[in-house]
Amino acid sequence: MADAPHIPDETETRARWGGFAWTAENAEQAKKVIARYPAGRQQSAIMPLLDLAQRQVGAETNTQGWLPVPVIEYVAAQLDMPYMRAYEVATFYTMYNLAPVGRYHVQVCGTTPCMLRGSDDVLAACKNKGLVKGHTTPDGLFTLTEVECLGACANAPMVQINDDNYEDLTYDSMSAVLDTLASGGQPKIGPQIDRQTSAPEGGPTTLKEMVSENHDYRGAW
Amino acid sequence: MTDAPAPATPPSFVGPLADKDRIFTNVHGFQDWGIDAAMKRGDWDNTKALLALGQDAIIDIIKASNLRGRGGAGFPTGMKWSFMPKESKDGRPSFLVINADESEPGSCKDREIIRHDPHKLIEGALVAGFAMRARAAYIYIRGEFIYEAKVLFAAVEQAYAKGFLGKNACGSGYDFDVFVHRGAGAYICGEETAQIESLEGKKGQPRLKPPFPAGAGLYGCPTTVNNVESIAVSPTILRRGAAWFNGFGREGNRGTKLFQISGHVNKPCVVEESMSIPFKELIDRHCGGIRGGWDNLLAVIPGGSSVPLVPAAQIMDAPMDFDGLKALGSGLGTAAVIVMDKSTDIVRAISRLSYFYKHESCGQCTPCREGTGWMWRVMERLRTGEADISEIDMLQEVTKQVEGHTICALGDAAAWPIQGLIRHFRPEIERRIVEAKGGAGTMMEAAE
Repeated sequence: MADAPHIPDETETRARWGGFAWTAENAEQAKKVIARYPAGRQQSAIMPLLDLAQRQVGAETNTQGWLPVPVIEYVAAQLDMPYMRAYEVATFYTMYNLAPVGRYHVQVCGTTPCMLRGSDDVLAACKNKGLVKGHTTPDGLFTLTEVECLGACANAPMVQINDDNYEDLTYDSMSAVLDTLASGGQPKIGPQIDRQTSAPEGGPTTLKEMVSENHDYRGAW
Repeated sequence: MTDAPAPATPPSFVGPLADKDRIFTNVHGFQDWGIDAAMKRGDWDNTKALLALGQDAIIDIIKASNLRGRGGAGFPTGMKWSFMPKESKDGRPSFLVINADESEPGSCKDREIIRHDPHKLIEGALVAGFAMRARAAYIYIRGEFIYEAKVLFAAVEQAYAKGFLGKNACGSGYDFDVFVHRGAGAYICGEETAQIESLEGKKGQPRLKPPFPAGAGLYGCPTTVNNVESIAVSPTILRRGAAWFNGFGREGNRGTKLFQISGHVNKPCVVEESMSIPFKELIDRHCGGIRGGWDNLLAVIPGGSSVPLVPAAQIMDAPMDFDGLKALGSGLGTAAVIVMDKSTDIVRAISRLSYFYKHESCGQCTPCREGTGWMWRVMERLRTGEADISEIDMLQEVTKQVEGHTICALGDAAAWPIQGLIRHFRPEIERRIVEAKGGAGTMMEAAE
């Protein structure tokens, strides 16, 4: 497939990541994760641990992170499962990056609800800033991916950049988000228009008491 | 909002829901999601008394409330719970799995519950888990809900700290744990057996049924998989009674429902309304009408991407419930209403959904793995008009060969939107093909 990730050369990867081990903090976290599942069922922890590993790689490389083969091997060994079972999981789920990504992984939702509200404009804004689908910008700052529905359809169109959602975007507001990130700033997370989460723009049509106080409606039951 | 007196006999549709009858009062997150604020709103209010009703009584109340599963299929929730074994004959524990892998295009309700009213879900997990005699609940939240998962992890910890979960939960004498499991980006894990596979640390590929999860599910133990909304409404139903819940919606479609309206309305939103609310009223009341006015409405996908679209004229006065939309050849699904006005390239809109299913097919069954890609490629030909007229029938035929021939319903879900498009917009597809071939058709039309 043309858009399949280019998995880096194994010798280089081994040289760089062969000595991967949890940081002290992540080792603690890994123990906590494994304890969520019954004894003998530690394989259940593969997904959270791969995520943790990807984040640690991200922290070490100042990117969103990815999963080099030796890192997957390390996690599989900890869970006492064959490497291939772990690799299957890493390749099946889209959130595991099998190749390095940039500092910011710009994931534009392009599925129909976002498409109807203008995800084409969002992608055009990315293109205008030099982002190309499936590629990382030469400065290593942005990787652009078109993803499938991210579950924020009432706030379409939206993107997820690393851990944060930016919603109700236009060409201009998407450009502004990218500019702010490029200059080292933190854009406002959530809706980019004057709107409270998924309430209708201009104010809620229901439960108006909640706007100003933590209202208890049980008095009216 | 008017506070109409409760009618003696449940009518078909009582009009707009009053705020006092809304279950998710913090749905828009104006207030804190934390446990203290949630308790002030009525969550965790003497949960011990709810549990003291006893397992069978809880299931009976949920059955009597006529709650139908909110994840799309609409299976009666109380009945589902009653399938769980009443005692373990071989020492295997039972599990409750809560499906928060909300990935159906158009759906964004579980997200609001989890990030703004998580304690409704966690209290529901305890009540439902107790009723089905489960040892623990696993909440499977989709990986992309990163902030939502943070909130959920923290909310579960709050509940433990108050003694509402864990040993002797809420002082009931019942031990119950709630764990959160994050997915990592796979639509198919919303299918219950794929979700169980994923929870076990494998690829999310659906299992053949039988055995059904209630017999052998997570780790081979009896398991029930429920949608977030079904679980989160259950404590309120127990507190207010089955009769209260039956006061909304038509027969067979009772209760309140979170509607998620996206697409070409003036103000897209998530809102809790009475089941069976007519489409037009839902949009006018909460979404500021259709962009460009009601004459500009083209079609609606009323229940998330998997259900066939409904043309404007048919949907206008239709009751938004399971049976009303089924009668139109569509479905309520998750009540994710995708609205399309006349500016929409309808073939592209459906073709984009075909791409979605191609992307999300798990690859296990050949008809779906090969069929979704094939259907998408033909849809793209129809979109650009480079196809032949005969390909429309061929595509229809192939959707029929995919539908019903796969382990899970993803194959069906990929087929239905295309079938809906061909059923209602065949002239538009033909027009494109004729135009792309040099416009002979348009000239003939002009001559007529």
